[in-house]
Amino acid sequence: MKYLKGNSDLCTGCLACADACSELFFKEKNIQKSCIRINQNDNKNNIIVCNQCGKCMPLCPTQALSYNSQGVVILDKNECSGCLICVAECPCACMHYLVEENAPFKCIACGICVKKCPVSALELIKE
Amino acid sequence: MTMNIQELKSKHKTLKVFNYKLGNIDKGYNKRTLYINLSNNDIKEKPVSDQMIDKFTGGKGFDMRLLWDAVNENTKWYDPENEICMATGPLGGNTNYPGSGKTIVVTLSPMTGIPIDSNVGGHFGPFLKFSGFDALEIQGKANNDVIIYIDGNNGNIKIFEAPLEAHDSHILAEQLHDMFADNEREKQHISVVSAGSAAEHCYLGMLNFSFWDRAKKLPRLKQAGRGGIGHVFRNKKIKALVVKYSGLKADLNNPVDMKTLKETGLKLHRQINKLDSSQFTMREVGTANIVSVMNDYDLLPTKNFKYGSDPQANKVDKKVLKTLFTQGAADGCWFGCSLHCAKAVDNFIPRTGPYKGTSVTVDGPEYETVGGCASNLYIWDAKDCVEINFYCDTYGIDTISFGSTVAFLMECFEYGILTKDMTEGLDLTWGNADSALEILHQMSRGQGFGLKVGKGTRWLKNWLINEHNADAAFLKDIAMEVKGLEYSEYVSKESLAQQGGYTFALKGPQHDEAWLIFMDMVNNSMPTFEMKAEALHYFPMFRTWFGLQGLCKLIWNDTIPEGNKDTPEPAKVMEHVHNYHKIYTAITGKFMDTDSMILQSERVYTFQKIFNLRMGGGKRSDDHPPYRAVGPVTEEEYLSRQERYDKQLKEEVGVDPSNMTLQEKMSALKKHRMDKYEVLTDTVYKRKGWDKNGVPTLEHLKRIDMELPELIDVVEKVRVKN
Repeated sequence: MKYLKGNSDLCTGCLACADACSELFFKEKNIQKSCIRINQNDNKNNIIVCNQCGKCMPLCPTQALSYNSQGVVILDKNECSGCLICVAECPCACMHYLVEENAPFKCIACGICVKKCPVSALELIKE
Repeated sequence: MTMNIQELKSKHKTLKVFNYKLGNIDKGYNKRTLYINLSNNDIKEKPVSDQMIDKFTGGKGFDMRLLWDAVNENTKWYDPENEICMATGPLGGNTNYPGSGKTIVVTLSPMTGIPIDSNVGGHFGPFLKFSGFDALEIQGKANNDVIIYIDGNNGNIKIFEAPLEAHDSHILAEQLHDMFADNEREKQHISVVSAGSAAEHCYLGMLNFSFWDRAKKLPRLKQAGRGGIGHVFRNKKIKALVVKYSGLKADLNNPVDMKTLKETGLKLHRQINKLDSSQFTMREVGTANIVSVMNDYDLLPTKNFKYGSDPQANKVDKKVLKTLFTQGAADGCWFGCSLHCAKAVDNFIPRTGPYKGTSVTVDGPEYETVGGCASNLYIWDAKDCVEINFYCDTYGIDTISFGSTVAFLMECFEYGILTKDMTEGLDLTWGNADSALEILHQMSRGQGFGLKVGKGTRWLKNWLINEHNADAAFLKDIAMEVKGLEYSEYVSKESLAQQGGYTFALKGPQHDEAWLIFMDMVNNSMPTFEMKAEALHYFPMFRTWFGLQGLCKLIWNDTIPEGNKDTPEPAKVMEHVHNYHKIYTAITGKFMDTDSMILQSERVYTFQKIFNLRMGGGKRSDDHPPYRAVGPVTEEEYLSRQERYDKQLKEEVGVDPSNMTLQEKMSALKKHRMDKYEVLTDTVYKRKGWDKNGVPTLEHLKRIDMELPELIDVVEKVRVKN
């Protein structure tokens, strides 16, 4: 099992993590294209990121979602019908979509955001 | 029973190969349909005109138009010119809004002689559309059993003789998914339409539409059940239709506004995720969730609709069925449907018949199957119901017509109208599941009393009257059919509006046009004839719209948005109606509101009504209910709810029941109820734009912009006759 763990108490909301994520996957700095989100309310920066719970998987009609060998939930974009059921099923709002893309996207625990976080608010857990 | 795929293929004989150019769908339409004639193996494309889209929209509308042009007023269901037409609609196949994968199938029915339409899940219609065709029409008859294969990725169609493939659908569908998939993944890109061994012999034959269940690794089967389409299919010697389309994505309809489509669908996905478990539990038990509700409100048919509840109903209700249905599965019959109501019983071991002792997956039972094949037959073992369900499906028999027909026979058996001499030894005592199953096996083999049962309730009624001197008046009262089609499984006695909802339904007494029992009987929200007539206009038109678009009705009101009860008309679930406006515009780019929805439907509905008239149906006498659907026919039936009926005599008729004999009370109640029914008929006909004989007026045709010469011609001819 491999997943990203955030410490919201340490987060300053600088969004370096989101920039790194969207740049890696979409070649641009755009929070809407990041797998990690910072929800800023009540003067707190809540880190929203997939914990690889797998609750999105069973109701996928094409079985495009599955665990890889490291216990990370992976979406097979070739199999995805773009229905967004997984977006609705995700209990922590960590499955994201773009209007122009068929398949949604999610954190694959690559760890690039961990490296970029200036206050060490993110940690890659391997169990 | 299992056979090597190569062995099956070795006996195939190709009759025709047709190559076509792949196309692009624009705003929900290919703008072409596919025509196949099995008498001469002619295959051609037909263009779809703008007028066709304007007048007929798609789905059932396209089917009706194509069928009209194929037949004449003398065509019978078995004539080669009769067609089976099938289509999804412009919204069909989108993967974002739940319930968008329906196919609507139309033919001239063996049971009614008029067009029947059936709305079915599974993947065929959308895959056909993505293969390049808005509709498919199949005319003619093959000499030997054929399979039609449409390869939607390479643009070719093949008709070939296929003598060795199985007849029964649970095996045949698996064989064909195996045969046409290059690998395990591809099985999900195939859909099979098939009937079954009994559909060949019985008017009650239906069609199974498959979708591949990747988790279970087998084909699931959804049914186009009503009106005998499966019998026409086998009469044309079609063993199966197969379509293959790989490459499903969310934007294949080429919608104009993907953002609205995704947002509207996602909002509903979230609502279902949040509310289903506290509302209708469709994800746990599907439509069977209402068994106990219907029983509580005296609406669950028992003993041929004689009663509406029974203390034993808890043996077949959702608590029991939930223990049989596999839980937590992606049970959508189309990609992107998050309601997941297509429940299945896995690892079921039949105790009778040719598949006795094997392990099978059974799709259902849904509510109608519980109503028809359990409570109405007084069968209270859920596993018996599952077994009847299984054999109906794989043999290709409609569970609703089967249940209602056998219930009619069991009542005849109770009264000695039908005896063992006449059933060739079958004991049709209430609750005899063995006999119900044996009837099915006889239907499959084409032998014995089952062949008679397979002709349906109207034929059996006439057989008993004409050949066995049965009491015609009594049988007409208890034979639950109108227009030749059996009733679906709700007791309508206490809801005048639902009595009309059943009898005015164009195809015959199916509740898909209107289900008004709660509004009428429980909430009393439409006390006047005019209000009932308004509901019997609005809801049939609104529900017809689903069939034009390729949508499922269940999504509309089997999940209710928060706050709906505080809206002006909660029964209409207007938030969801507004969703339909949005997704229609998002896909087609055309404006939509509620009035426009109703107008689209009125055009096709009126066309279908005039089609009925053209074929010799559609008359006022064709909308006449058996009294069992209106009130108590027998003494024990009256006595079982005596308090209710006596109260109505006092309050509604104004007579004192205490001074009357039972027979006098029953007569007075019958006259009162049938008089009301006639007033309702007049009021509804007027609201629908029909004259007193049920014929659409020329003014109505003008109002809905359907002054087509062929329609005016039929209307004027019928007027002269009247």
